[in-house]
Amino acid sequence: MNSFWIILFHTYLNKLKTKSFIITTVITILIVLGLTNINSIIGVFDKNGGKENVAVLDETGQLYEPFKQQLKTINKDIKLTLYKDSEKEAEKAVEKGDVKGVIQLRFNEEKLPEATYKAMSITDSSLFTDLQTALQQVKTMRAASQINLAPAQLQKLYEPVSFEKFALEKNAKTEEELNQARGLVYVLLFIIYFSVIMYANMIAMEVATEKSSRVMEILISSVSPIKQMFAKILGIGLLSLTQLAAFLIVGYYSLTNNMESLKEGFFGVYGFGDIPVGTIIYAVIFFILGYFLYATLAAFLGSLVSRIEDVQQMITPMTLLVVAGFMISMFGLGKPDASFITATSYIPFFTPMIMFLRVGMLTIPAWEAILGIFILVATIVVLAIFGARVYRGGVLMYGKSNSYKDIKKALQLTKNE
Amino acid sequence: MVLKLEHVTKRFGQFTAVDDLSITIPEKEMFGFLGANGAGKTTTFRMILGLLDSTAGRITWDDQPIDYSTSHLVGYLPEERGLYPKLKVRDQIVYLARLRGMQKSEALIELKSWLERFKITEYENKRVEELSKGNQQKIQFIAAVVHRPKLLILDEPFSGLDPVNVEMLKDAVLSLKQKGATIVFSSHQMHHVEEMCEHLCIMQKGKPVVHGALKEIKREFGKKNLMIHAEFPLDSLKNYPGVVKATPTMEGILLQIEGERVAESILKEIVGNGFIRKFALEEPSLNDIFIEKVGDSYE
Repeated sequence: MNSFWIILFHTYLNKLKTKSFIITTVITILIVLGLTNINSIIGVFDKNGGKENVAVLDETGQLYEPFKQQLKTINKDIKLTLYKDSEKEAEKAVEKGDVKGVIQLRFNEEKLPEATYKAMSITDSSLFTDLQTALQQVKTMRAASQINLAPAQLQKLYEPVSFEKFALEKNAKTEEELNQARGLVYVLLFIIYFSVIMYANMIAMEVATEKSSRVMEILISSVSPIKQMFAKILGIGLLSLTQLAAFLIVGYYSLTNNMESLKEGFFGVYGFGDIPVGTIIYAVIFFILGYFLYATLAAFLGSLVSRIEDVQQMITPMTLLVVAGFMISMFGLGKPDASFITATSYIPFFTPMIMFLRVGMLTIPAWEAILGIFILVATIVVLAIFGARVYRGGVLMYGKSNSYKDIKKALQLTKNE
Repeated sequence: MVLKLEHVTKRFGQFTAVDDLSITIPEKEMFGFLGANGAGKTTTFRMILGLLDSTAGRITWDDQPIDYSTSHLVGYLPEERGLYPKLKVRDQIVYLARLRGMQKSEALIELKSWLERFKITEYENKRVEELSKGNQQKIQFIAAVVHRPKLLILDEPFSGLDPVNVEMLKDAVLSLKQKGATIVFSSHQMHHVEEMCEHLCIMQKGKPVVHGALKEIKREFGKKNLMIHAEFPLDSLKNYPGVVKATPTMEGILLQIEGERVAESILKEIVGNGFIRKFALEEPSLNDIFIEKVGDSYE
């Protein structure tokens, strides 16, 4: 077998077998499972199948029915029970846990409803907000009838204003589509950001470990450093794809199994119901290119340090670049067509995230995306040629200093003159 | 399969690490490099291996430059020892052997026989970081020779080993030579080179000071050592014609003389002065040659 493949699989299999890799993968898979099963998990902890019992003490005898009606339209999961007993006993029921809280309904001087809500704690804000909203509507209706407003008039008063949004550009995304894209792009951006940092780190560590343990000199006398560098980048790349594939398979399987319950919640709003294939393809392209860009950078930075402790210091500027790109793209999520975003999407170190953001959120001409990819590929090639030379010299250099001056020194080492 | 260095020079910026080095290393011979730290030995080795490009000159082996296409024929023991600390001995050796173009099954057989030879078979499945330094060094040596190289480059192979292990490693190196490997090695210890090498090169600040076959070098040097132990003062011999250098010792004097003739006349001169316990004419040691050529000793 070619030495390139030997190194590639050696790197891949060795990393695959490490405890830290297995643990992070398992934990992440658990998180993915947790997120996709969130509704069932919440269900388990809710004793009453998600239903909240609230006791009602109606002093007026008139408010219970309309209140119940209104509440039904707001939240079906709140179950009201009319208590005929005294306030004391209702409070006891709360203490015993039979009901979540007790609401006392009464009229004020103007014959309008008011209420007191008592519960063990008032942390469950969504519950009493719902109760309050329902009562508010009851009050509005009563007040309207007091001043002799016809229901039709009332409806007119409360009808929401019609407000439509149109994008004049052809193929521009509608508001709804934009919202959907935002969720997907957000998640994918996060994956790109997270993976690039993690795997670039891994490569820098790998190179630095070989160098600090001095096994490097044997390695480079057997196989050319350039071959080694790319075998390693591809080996770790393969590892990252393995890990992502595990996440995606588990995530997809779990998602399709829980689709029904999830569609109502967050996932529905952010449009995970029907994921646009184009966005996913771009995500994969930009993920791979982003990985290669930063992995090459990390490999040659890693080759410059003599001790593992110095790795973090050396790759901090690189990490900051990734973070900056992520920050800009977070800003861009809210305003993807800002000219600032357009400009930064052509800066190679930001392209993987920001160009992807633009592709995912906007309808930009294909040439722009292709230009971005082209810039990225060109940068990777330049960086690889440059990085390979630094790497070749860097791996032979040992010493205390680990500054960027060393790049010059490393290049000098490989120079023929 | 002759290893030839022709006018090889390596400069790092202003600093010249190796200056116009020309040597020929015959096939199946052992060649020793001597020199103080910073003399340019490691740089020379790195250039031979193609890790560094020479600034000027040419290095060829069998008239071909050494590059990665011949890496399966070359074995290298670097001065700075290094293995993967977390990897098991077996995985480590197999991986490094495969990188040098050996099949896994072959590598395992070779590894077994080396472990047996060094009497460390129980370490096959241990991680390298668990081994003692001496044993790590043996594993390092195995890593350099496991793929049966034709050209073996050993940078300070015996440093940091106890005498028993030095002997063990020496035997191993000699047996590889008998099997037909060309071996180049460097050492701080002159007697290692003196014992093992047919050819040698003493380097000083990047320049070859002495270079050639050991016997030739000694013969050309001409001077001999004369050790005299006697029960009467020998100080007057310091100024005897033909004496180059005199060093008083505990029991007598050590003279460096220009040739055998001088010894003869000295003997005639001192016989009758008293009892002479020892009168020995010795070949010059490499150390003497080194001191003469380089100007100071580093041993």
